[in-house]
Amino acid sequence: MCFPRSASDAAAAVRAARVHGVPYVARGSGTGLAGGATPLDDALVIVTTQMNRVLEVDIDERIAIVEPGVLNLDLSRHTRPQGLHYAPDPSSQQACSIGGNVGTNAGGPHCLSSGVTSAHVLMVEAVLPTGDIAELGSLAPDTPGYDLRGAFVGSEGTMGICTKVAVRLMPNPPLVRTMLLDFMSVEAAGATVSAMIAAGVVPAALEMMDAEITRAVEDFVGAGYPRDAAAVLLCEIDGLIEGVDYQVSEVRRIAQSHGARSVRIAQTEAERQLLWKGRKSAFGAIARIAPDYYLHDAVVPRTKLVQVLESVYAIARAEQLTMMNVFHAGDGNLHPLIVFDSREPGIWERVHEAGSRILHTCIDAGGVLSGEHGVGMEKRDLMPLQFSSDDLAAQGRLVDAFDPDGLANPRKVLPHGWRCGEVQQRGGTIPDDTWI
Amino acid sequence: MDLMDLHDVAAIVRGAVEDAKVGVVPIGAGTHREVANPVADGCDEIRIPNGIVSYDPNDMTITAFAGTPIAELNRVLCGHRQEVSLDPRNDAATLGGVLACGLSGIRRLRLGPIRDTVLEVRLIDGRGTLVKGGGPVVKNVTGYDLPRLVVGSFGTLGVILQATLRCRPAPAQQQWFCSSETPSYLRRKLFRPSAVLWDGTSTSVLLEGYSDDIASESKSADLDGMLSSPPLFPNGANRGRISVDPRRLAALTQRLGGLDGVRFVAEFGVGTVHIAADEDLAFVAARAAAVAEGGWMLRECGGPPGFGGFGSNIANPALSERVRLAFDPLGKLSPGRMVDV
Ligand SMILES: Cc1cc2nc3c(=O)[nH]c(=O)nc-3n(C[C@H](O)[C@H](O)[C@H](O)COP(=O)(O)OP(=O)(O)OC[C@H]3O[C@@H](n4cnc5c(N)ncnc54)[C@H](O)[C@@H]3O)c2cc1C
Repeated sequence: MCFPRSASDAAAAVRAARVHGVPYVARGSGTGLAGGATPLDDALVIVTTQMNRVLEVDIDERIAIVEPGVLNLDLSRHTRPQGLHYAPDPSSQQACSIGGNVGTNAGGPHCLSSGVTSAHVLMVEAVLPTGDIAELGSLAPDTPGYDLRGAFVGSEGTMGICTKVAVRLMPNPPLVRTMLLDFMSVEAAGATVSAMIAAGVVPAALEMMDAEITRAVEDFVGAGYPRDAAAVLLCEIDGLIEGVDYQVSEVRRIAQSHGARSVRIAQTEAERQLLWKGRKSAFGAIARIAPDYYLHDAVVPRTKLVQVLESVYAIARAEQLTMMNVFHAGDGNLHPLIVFDSREPGIWERVHEAGSRILHTCIDAGGVLSGEHGVGMEKRDLMPLQFSSDDLAAQGRLVDAFDPDGLANPRKVLPHGWRCGEVQQRGGTIPDDTWI
Repeated sequence: MDLMDLHDVAAIVRGAVEDAKVGVVPIGAGTHREVANPVADGCDEIRIPNGIVSYDPNDMTITAFAGTPIAELNRVLCGHRQEVSLDPRNDAATLGGVLACGLSGIRRLRLGPIRDTVLEVRLIDGRGTLVKGGGPVVKNVTGYDLPRLVVGSFGTLGVILQATLRCRPAPAQQQWFCSSETPSYLRRKLFRPSAVLWDGTSTSVLLEGYSDDIASESKSADLDGMLSSPPLFPNGANRGRISVDPRRLAALTQRLGGLDGVRFVAEFGVGTVHIAADEDLAFVAARAAAVAEGGWMLRECGGPPGFGGFGSNIANPALSERVRLAFDPLGKLSPGRMVDV
């Protein structure tokens, strides 16, 4: 394991690894959920936590230049006095790093209107697997040549180590309205989401929580959620006054026409913060229900939300598992969460079986395997569900172009057989005690 | 006429790629033909069909063949009060052409670059293989981001057959204003304007949204008057597009203002400057001004003999060349287009 303090330190680490033919893995905060930062084959782990300075903030042009170890929320805190924020806000934003966000192309509730990480990254400085330090993209809007920045963002450490990032900041909106909509069925909540999108309402954020998670969260933080709701939607509208008022009234109308029991609008900033605290504490809350959980991440077309949710609940019932859903409903990004006690005999098989059926269901509905957590090790072998062998071969050749030796985070993202260097790799196992 | 099947289109393009002696160049409406560099002599031209493959307004995604004119996309979307953020100068341009050239529209300040609009692409690579990248939903991080890589690749990584785009609700209202204030003052005053343009003498601003909001915003920033039509892009025999760090845009426009015969429109907050000049010398001077401020200029048309499309070396040339070879090992796709000679 090594902790570079600069790009040249990181480059030295990569070059040394290359000389010795040792694979290496970039690691930010290690909050990734797809096993992307898990070292295989005794890999060298290059950790960016010591590179945690905000190097520059340009208030007029709304640009920040940061080192990869800066925590996501720290950047927004840093720029708040200037009325600016960094828009991508993963639920893990207190802990995850900007470098890790670049690695996974992270999303978050507010990415519904403003786009995921890639839409906010202007330039990435990276140590390429060849050991060279390169700038991919630029502060200038277009860079002569291919969008290598675009290819790098979301490449989960397989195209090199990001050592500096220039991001776009957004002005804080003049007006924000946060609403809590309370439904008597998951179907009604899901249908409300579809109807809102169809009516051309694109909230800043639109999150859904089902009965079990709503109760768990309420017992945990007391956010004022209705304990008897079958599902709630947390909907945030921001912007200028007429646009906000119009959209708030549209949301109210659509929710009521789908049988919402109540539509509550946060009256104070404190109330608004509390509603969000509930959503963002969901994973903490479930620790009180069972010791283990498996969180899924898949996306379906927004018109298929209701239908897919029904199938997902049916799968959990068939496998006799407790499942909750807390997810980014506005962009169809499902997060079925299976909670269990791993000491129960045979439970892992059922958890995996349910997970696999859920992903198949999402793909069959025209969806994709991951909306924000990435592929890593977790979904590597499922890639053929979504891509043909020609598609995978093309992706393999693209990574090979960045990483001809195949040492940058090998055996992640693509299943076996699509990379050139693979034949030389050692067998390799996951070390004991490793969290993935 | 029935829409062709993607696989039939793929078979035709595959045949063209395999049979080409020199290479293939996809031709859309020809509106962007001169952008960057000309392809090598003797390339076979291929046309990609047009047509909307699927459009689900309730899902806000649209899939179309690459030969579809932007005007046609807009017409279909307009019926559902939606739009895609592709605003080419000439809406006869085709989807494939606009994506291949990667030229973002005038509303980039608010809507972002066009690469953020593309969710999925289907292309034929230089081996003649049909390749899909991305996925048809609005959020996706499964596998490598081929769609963004293909945008702006000038046909050298693949012949784009079809793309799926993210749609957005069309703004309730759009209004251009003129102003005597500086662009930077206006950017501080206004909440997310769609464009703030400066042509060396006056500032124009595009506001989009609801009418009361537009009215109160324009009042708060003392916008002088409404424009009845959008400001015109500069026109001339020589045209280019400068890209510069937005922090150096004011300095660049000062330089450009001092050049005889150079007309420009600069997008503040973005860093794009649209350039036109009648004389070659003036055009060359505009590129030099861009370089002096750390930027570069893409040729859109014209220029004296030997005037390269990019005028600066392609960024990260060794890596870029390996990426190109990964898709097109025999160099058959629009050869020469991205190479200044
Ligand atoms: C409670 C909880 C909630 C979460 N909510 C969300 C959410 O809402 N949205 C979301 O998108 N994710 C979410 N995540 C997942 C995770 O937080 C994100 O994937 C995050 O982007 C990972 O950042 P990290 O710094 O922890 O990266 P790591 O976990 O350390 O690494 C993640 C991947 O990025 C690569 N990487 C890390 N640093 C670099 C670098 N400098 N250069 C190149 N590659 C690098 C790694 O190799 C690895 O493949 C959540 C996780 C938890 C535990």
